[in-house]
Amino acid sequence: MAIQRNDWSLQRKGVIDQDRHKERVKEAIRKNLGSIVSSESIILSDGKRTVKVPIRALDEYKFRFDRKRKHVGQGDGKTRVGDVIGRETQPGSGAGSGQAGQEAGADYYEAEVNIDEIAALIFEDLHLPFLEEKAKKAVQSRKTQFNEIRRTGVIANLDKRRMILENIKRNAREGNPARFGDIRKEDLRFKTWEEAMRYESNAVVIAMIDVSGSMGEFKKYVARSFYFWMVRFLRTKYDNVDIVFISHHTEAKEVTEEQFFTQGESGGTVVSSAYQLALDIIQQRYRPQDWNIYPFHFSDGDNYYSDNDEAVRLAGELINTCNLFGYGEIGEEGSASYRRASGALLSIFNDRLKDRERFVGVRIDDKEDVYPALKQFFGKRGVETPN
Amino acid sequence: MEDREIRALEKSLEQIWDVARKFGLDPFATNFEIVPATVMYEVSSYALPGRYSHWTFGKAYHRMKTMYDFGLSRIYEVVINTNPAYGFLLETNSPVQNKMVIAHVLGHVDFFKNNAYFSKTNRRMVESVSTHAHRLMGYEFKYGRKNVEKFLDAVLAIEEHVDPNFFIKREISAEEEQRRLGQRPPEGRYDDLWHLDDPSFGRIARATESIEHTSDKPRERLPEKDIVFYLMKNSPSLAAWQRDVMAMVHEEMEYFVPQMQTKIMNEGWASIWHARIMRELDLSDNEHIEFAGLHSGVVSPQKGQINPYYLGYKIWEDIEKRWDNPTAEEREQFQRPGGEGREKIFEVREMENDVSFLRNYLTEELCEDLDLFVYELVEEEEWTITEKKWKRVRDQLVVNMTNFGFPYLQVEDGDYNGNRELYLKHCYEGTELDMRYARKALEHVHTLWGRSVHLETVVDEEKTVLHYNGEEHQED
Repeated sequence: MAIQRNDWSLQRKGVIDQDRHKERVKEAIRKNLGSIVSSESIILSDGKRTVKVPIRALDEYKFRFDRKRKHVGQGDGKTRVGDVIGRETQPGSGAGSGQAGQEAGADYYEAEVNIDEIAALIFEDLHLPFLEEKAKKAVQSRKTQFNEIRRTGVIANLDKRRMILENIKRNAREGNPARFGDIRKEDLRFKTWEEAMRYESNAVVIAMIDVSGSMGEFKKYVARSFYFWMVRFLRTKYDNVDIVFISHHTEAKEVTEEQFFTQGESGGTVVSSAYQLALDIIQQRYRPQDWNIYPFHFSDGDNYYSDNDEAVRLAGELINTCNLFGYGEIGEEGSASYRRASGALLSIFNDRLKDRERFVGVRIDDKEDVYPALKQFFGKRGVETPN
Repeated sequence: MEDREIRALEKSLEQIWDVARKFGLDPFATNFEIVPATVMYEVSSYALPGRYSHWTFGKAYHRMKTMYDFGLSRIYEVVINTNPAYGFLLETNSPVQNKMVIAHVLGHVDFFKNNAYFSKTNRRMVESVSTHAHRLMGYEFKYGRKNVEKFLDAVLAIEEHVDPNFFIKREISAEEEQRRLGQRPPEGRYDDLWHLDDPSFGRIARATESIEHTSDKPRERLPEKDIVFYLMKNSPSLAAWQRDVMAMVHEEMEYFVPQMQTKIMNEGWASIWHARIMRELDLSDNEHIEFAGLHSGVVSPQKGQINPYYLGYKIWEDIEKRWDNPTAEEREQFQRPGGEGREKIFEVREMENDVSFLRNYLTEELCEDLDLFVYELVEEEEWTITEKKWKRVRDQLVVNMTNFGFPYLQVEDGDYNGNRELYLKHCYEGTELDMRYARKALEHVHTLWGRSVHLETVVDEEKTVLHYNGEEHQED
């Protein structure tokens, strides 16, 4: 028997397998973008860099008992039958969605993810469709690109890899063994940059949201998570996109970004009011010959019946003046499409605007539909930008 | 830690060993290693040092290490059941913590050595797992890391479904041995050379062999509790390396099973002995106070949950007390003379596992004293105490520990539908499966079997069979 103290400094197994786990997390995130895009922790992240999102794919599946079985516990000596020792927390109104309970610990794995990383994954193949070159160029944006190698330069920009290669080559040329060593000045290579001017077409996105009484918590949440990503997407990918925020019930008004994302209102719905305001703003500030214009509108489609014709007419006008008009209709949470009210706006739009290539209508019944909607609005199609 | 301190600790180790022996403990020789936190958490997340790589270990390691870094939890000791045994001490332990851990570890090692359920465990397991790790690394190199990982995911999904009595049941009886020998004439390795000029021999021999082979299928041994073993032997789709991986996982699980079966006993046993041994040592007043704090931290009730250290500790003490001072009734009915406490607990540590330990020795008085209760989810929202009658509480605890807390599944048929499909049955005893998990786990079983798989269980008191054919799930 003995007590020993050895050198364990080379022991790295746990760390290596931790990396394997991290890889799995990344893979899982990529596969689960749909549910991650609309997860509360991100939309309500409020500027935090990293958030925790539940990732089901990382559960270690086994045959196990239902969590809601009988358990045995221990009290402090005073417990009686009927005492409540814990409460099941349930997210939203979805029944049995298995949120972590009081006692059994988290039911699923929560991964810590960086919002920027997720954003990069989501935005990978999104862009503004039908973007055209307009008469008036936007402000030029300057971009530094390392795209050349030279023999002289600042030592901080030394390209070590190339230097080593050059060195080996020179050694070989001079008849020495082809290996690294004896660096001379002529081996050095430096990266240098060029300043590229990028010209971008002007673009403005008009974000419209229905804040009438019939837009419940869930619906507003969905609309806002769509816009959350849209705004982020536009700001990361395009240096020069204006965003106009409009909220409406029976009347429409232009609001600030903060109001747009936080304000709750009530009342009836007159969709045409928002479209009219959008058209007015376009006329006053964003002339179509100079600007690419993208109006988007989210509503539950519960418009005043008498307003439907006017709404369709103005939507048609928007399509005529704009590059793409997107309309998203949000259903009751979890309701299947058969419950779609016949008078709802989407079916009217689909019927009367079906020949219009530049109209995109999307129905969202579930949080997970937000990501597909983003892809439908900003997916690949139409004219590419001459860059 | 200074060398001087290590020498002092070695002295304490000798002392503790002598005290333990005097109490009647009989552990394997035990070597202690002083390690940094990273190694401590690594060993404890892999359960054995040097095991194969898998992301689930990395996940466990990350979780434990993070808890430690944030000061939320701390592991004082890890002990390995081998001969000689290994104990790991955290390098930041104080001298008193180290002494207590050493005493505690010797309690565990005594239990490993003498409890019947451990009698068949491989006491050189550390070497075995490192050869496993080495072989798996080879497979990763040869067949691709992702492929091996995917396959391991599937095997680990069913790893608990091994037979705890594997080593007893697989031993062939003498008659069986005789019968098998009688069936086939003794044949040397090169005997077929004699038949080289007989052109028909080879084919016939091979044909009869394959018939024998199929008729030798362990059909009569069904149902089979050891699903890992059954699939490894009989799956129609596995490559040799995959069967080897299953054999490794099986061997490692057989090693861990006794520990899963005796958690409460084992922790309780180690705790009563660390307490008694520490009382025999020459501790200063300050050390005494520090020890009392540590000890009560280990064996204290956690509100709402069962602390195996505390529950085990209380039961062991109770057994000893009851056999030392039997009631008049016990004296008369069971002829217990009294004063047999020590003898009795050593007998129990040899014979029982958690299930029998609780069933036999968790008494009404203890249940009340510990304030145990059954609780369940009422109307989908409140976890409510629904039972305090001691027999029901005890029985529920026993039910929850049966088959180490996992549902009891067995293979019913490996040729279901006459189509080599696999039919598993959950032996339902009142608790339903987590159905979402069951479906996912069934997909893993399909990976291992390669053909359609079925699982019979009970949902809402009706027999339900899950089917999975590799593409879609069905249920009836």
